[in-house]
Amino acid sequence: MKILVAIKRVIDANVKVRVKADNTGVETANVKMSMNPFCEIAVEEAVRLKEKGVASEVIAVSIGNQQCQESLRTALALGADRAILVKSEDELEPLAVAKVLKTVVEKEQPEMVLLGKQSIDGDNNQTGQMLGALLGWGQGTFASKVEVADGKAQVTREIDGGLQTLSVKLPAIITTDLRLNEPRFASLPNIMKAKRKPLDELAIADLGVDVAPRTETLTVENPPARKEGIKVETVAELVDKLKNEAKVI
Amino acid sequence: MATLIIAEHNNSELQPATFNTIAAAKHLDGDTVVLVAGHDCKSVADEAAKAEGVDKVLLAEAEHYAHLLAEDLDKLVVEQAESFTHILAPATTFGKNIAPRIAALLDVQQISDIIAIESDDTFKRPVYAGNAIATVKSNDGKKVITVRATAFDALSHEGGSASVESIGTTEHGALVDYVGEELTESERPELTSAKVIVSGGRGMGNGENFAMLEQLADKLGAAVGASRAAVDAGFVPNDYQVGQTGKIVAPELYIAVGISGAIQHLAGMKDSKVIVAINKDEEAPIFQVADYGLVADLFKVVPELIESL
Repeated sequence: MKILVAIKRVIDANVKVRVKADNTGVETANVKMSMNPFCEIAVEEAVRLKEKGVASEVIAVSIGNQQCQESLRTALALGADRAILVKSEDELEPLAVAKVLKTVVEKEQPEMVLLGKQSIDGDNNQTGQMLGALLGWGQGTFASKVEVADGKAQVTREIDGGLQTLSVKLPAIITTDLRLNEPRFASLPNIMKAKRKPLDELAIADLGVDVAPRTETLTVENPPARKEGIKVETVAELVDKLKNEAKVI
Repeated sequence: MATLIIAEHNNSELQPATFNTIAAAKHLDGDTVVLVAGHDCKSVADEAAKAEGVDKVLLAEAEHYAHLLAEDLDKLVVEQAESFTHILAPATTFGKNIAPRIAALLDVQQISDIIAIESDDTFKRPVYAGNAIATVKSNDGKKVITVRATAFDALSHEGGSASVESIGTTEHGALVDYVGEELTESERPELTSAKVIVSGGRGMGNGENFAMLEQLADKLGAAVGASRAAVDAGFVPNDYQVGQTGKIVAPELYIAVGISGAIQHLAGMKDSKVIVAINKDEEAPIFQVADYGLVADLFKVVPELIESL
């Protein structure tokens, strides 16, 4: 079974994001970029399925500028077999990403596409589900456990009330939640080996997909600031403030 | 102009976020229609018909809709879509699972997790874990939207008298079979709609110590939440998690105990009206958003707090 893993390069999760002074977006110049944490979990899961003998090949795909090669090399160092970069200078919306991934799926014919449930920049949580609908596939979103047997993936999902288990017919879409696995660190020999693994580049224009934006971002602003709080010294003082000042208990 | 709301329910009653989604729809022009798709769920349709702000209820009943699977409901919604300019779902795990499928089938770029409606095509939504607020204009003919429940106060559950119309159903796609669920049973209020939340982090040390927070919660009629660190460590189940990728909450009072305050956690709770932080590390970032901070050993002061309430 071939697995395709989609990955996105985003501002690193530990960076405190700053809104640009002209309110057109957030500062990205000289900001540390990394693989989206949910995508790392997706890569790890694909590699584990290969190590278990369930998957035969793991292909990492990313859409973006030349720097996305770095994230793909990371995926290769973590255990992906080869990588595909669909080159695009423009930031694509999730619908466009899903359409591009669909063309890659049609070419590569994987039986499973693993994606992060959301990227920590746009926080959209859309791409996997959109790809599922465009392909006419079933989906196991927000997965915390995946088991493959008999042409099906049994997926345990983190839902608002607890956990739900679905049996999804392959080929299928799986999107990862935080507790699916703990991604490994790439070892130095594997990082060196990754440099020699195949990384193909495709120009987005050659795919014949309409990726024109459907939305316009009018402004990006700072969230309203909270008024400065105070420190209390004792439990009694805290209870008094909650009762008589904030009036919430 | 008309808005279709995809109701989240358990075949016996509506989930609270559906009412917040109805409230959001009232900021849009035209009628508000609620789609109740499920199995043996007429009582849910009747409940929706009574809700303030609802003009009409569509009821689609079929055995394969029982678990509200996205692969079956998406086609049903798409069949109904022609009559509507806006399709809304709550930004819960239910809505997040299904709405993008509907958007893709309609060739629409969805707008996720909106917190304000500026006009029929312009919406505000948080990005980067709530560290920035984007105002986004959709140029698609139809809008597919998920709504952050805490940003819209629910209208009354009573007082409406909408009609209920049964509609045709779609066939079972058979892509997915439901296996089972393990839902957390609790007598306490539901986290996302609770007025008071007591939340614990890694500082709690282990799962047994959460009993202390439960006692405090019971004194306050509160729900119990947790940070990702506490869930990852196995102290409490996943559905306790408050944060960027867990639950978004905005209670009247949020008491963070032994939580350092990573930006991903703050994203889920910083719209709470009053925030209390109890942590022995006075440098903990949680104090930057707290209205009242108590630098102390939680194992000493939480029992004191329980005692004094």
